[in-house]
Amino acid sequence: MKTYIDTGKIDTRSGFGEGLLLAGRQDERVMALTADLKGSVKMNAFAKEFPDRFIECGIAEANMVGVAAGLAIGGKVPFIGSFAEFVTGRVYDQLRQEVAYGHTNVKIASSHAGITLGEDGATHQTMEDIALMRALPGMVVLVPCDYNQTKNATIAAAAYEGPVYIRFGRPSVPNFTPADEPFEIGKIYTLNEGTDVTLIACGHLVWEALGAAQALEAEGISAEVLNVATIKPLDEKTLLASLARTGCAVIAEEHNTAGGLGEAVAGLTAATRPCPLEYINGADRFGQSGTPAELMRAYGLDAAHMAEAAKKAIGRKI
Amino acid sequence: MASIDELKRISSQVRRDIVRMVCAAKSGHPGGSLGIADVLTALYFSEMQQDPATWTRRSAGQDAFVLSAGHLAPVLYAVLARAGYFPVHELGTLRRFGSRLQGHPCVTDGLPGVIKPSGSLGQGLSVAAGLALGKKLSGEDRRVFCLCGDGESEEGQIWEAGMWAAHHGVDNLVAFTDWNGQQIDGPVEKVAGIGDLSEKWGAFGWEVIIADGHDFTSILDAFKLARAANGKPKMILFRTEMGHGVDFMAGTHEWHGKAPTEEQCARALEQLDETLGDY
Repeated sequence: MKTYIDTGKIDTRSGFGEGLLLAGRQDERVMALTADLKGSVKMNAFAKEFPDRFIECGIAEANMVGVAAGLAIGGKVPFIGSFAEFVTGRVYDQLRQEVAYGHTNVKIASSHAGITLGEDGATHQTMEDIALMRALPGMVVLVPCDYNQTKNATIAAAAYEGPVYIRFGRPSVPNFTPADEPFEIGKIYTLNEGTDVTLIACGHLVWEALGAAQALEAEGISAEVLNVATIKPLDEKTLLASLARTGCAVIAEEHNTAGGLGEAVAGLTAATRPCPLEYINGADRFGQSGTPAELMRAYGLDAAHMAEAAKKAIGRKI
Repeated sequence: MASIDELKRISSQVRRDIVRMVCAAKSGHPGGSLGIADVLTALYFSEMQQDPATWTRRSAGQDAFVLSAGHLAPVLYAVLARAGYFPVHELGTLRRFGSRLQGHPCVTDGLPGVIKPSGSLGQGLSVAAGLALGKKLSGEDRRVFCLCGDGESEEGQIWEAGMWAAHHGVDNLVAFTDWNGQQIDGPVEKVAGIGDLSEKWGAFGWEVIIADGHDFTSILDAFKLARAANGKPKMILFRTEMGHGVDFMAGTHEWHGKAPTEEQCARALEQLDETLGDY
């Protein structure tokens, strides 16, 4: 299979910070807002270079969403950044009315998503944000897979006209996509072609999917790997073409079952080309304290679980 | 700029429009709309620097108005139509399927003059504050006006916005509170007890102005005071009466969200002069 090289583990939130800085240099309309988490969401470099375009909102996320919507109505391109839970669940109604229904050009920078936020525990580990954002008409939902792609997706989000949700995380994860590949919103990136099973993943679980494909190859199983960096709008054409070749899939995400990538794919295939699907996700559970590695193992979010699930899916093919 | 006599004539017609629109729709919120009709008439016909002919949602180079309490849609629509933002005959489509005049304002169909959706309460002041700061950052010497309700001020986000706007010195933001003392479930002081809004806004670092929302001299004086570029956002607390202008609707929460029957509508219209011609 195609080889991918980890050029050094680094957090995807830093990819956002770099992308924000570059987007800010390209476009003076770009602004950054945070609710007392400037350092955590990696807005420091932007704030230093563009102090007039950085706004500290304090611990008041609802107001931050409204302020951003107002700035966007006036022609700015504001990024609002906080932990995933605090820029989705906490402000759902604000995002619904002022950003989605109001169709304002606000970018939601969602850091520390999923259980790999780690030690802080379940209050901070949102596993429901993709579902919430997918449910909003017109919202673009991006879940890039590594530092490079998060950087490039941030630049693409700034250039896109309309609401965008971009999800990234806290822990250092492998960095393996091209450094300066322009990000295409709405495109599934096929990382490996295969014939027996499709491994569909988003976020840092894409790296795990590559590991699973490698393990499966050693057992003579050919796995296709899809990096679904845009969850909405979903690249249905690429997905269905892949499933037509392989006939079954594993869908991996650091998210709850309800409303996530898995259900998005299941909804599509149920309506068009039903096939065996296996899920790798947080199931219907809250998270807990622990290191990211411990939690990924405990919740089955790794290459080993994915390879097992692939064999199960293949075994269910008629 | 309209004279006080002209403003009175316009607001009388606006009140007729409100009653007729809500009656025809058989649902809607007439009470609050009647109560704030004078303030919005004065804003659009005397104070705000905004041109219906060149209006865009972005409102670059112009003043802007943000309605936070979205259920006051009838008065906003009536004032906008009378000010020339869209044809007055469209007022008859309020709340109908396919109408741009949705039950609560929206931007989906691009109704001229409407800058944002509203209906879920407590959010408009934040948006107005962001838009106002954006105008300052862009070097536009223009202001943003925002209308909130006193009941609406039970929402915590109003006070988040209050803290933020004062902290950032957004002095081109002029907010109004429709201080009518009524909300759906009864008098505000019985339902939730928001207390002395003047002291509260002052403590939040705002310039507080109190005015009579049914006296055009008082309204225009308040607007004039709110022009000061003194580093502080402005809050004009307008003492108003819900349902003002129609005797059986006045001073009670009963007409917050209830449409008049045909007969009640006729009784109401007898009390309101048709000054500009009904739509």
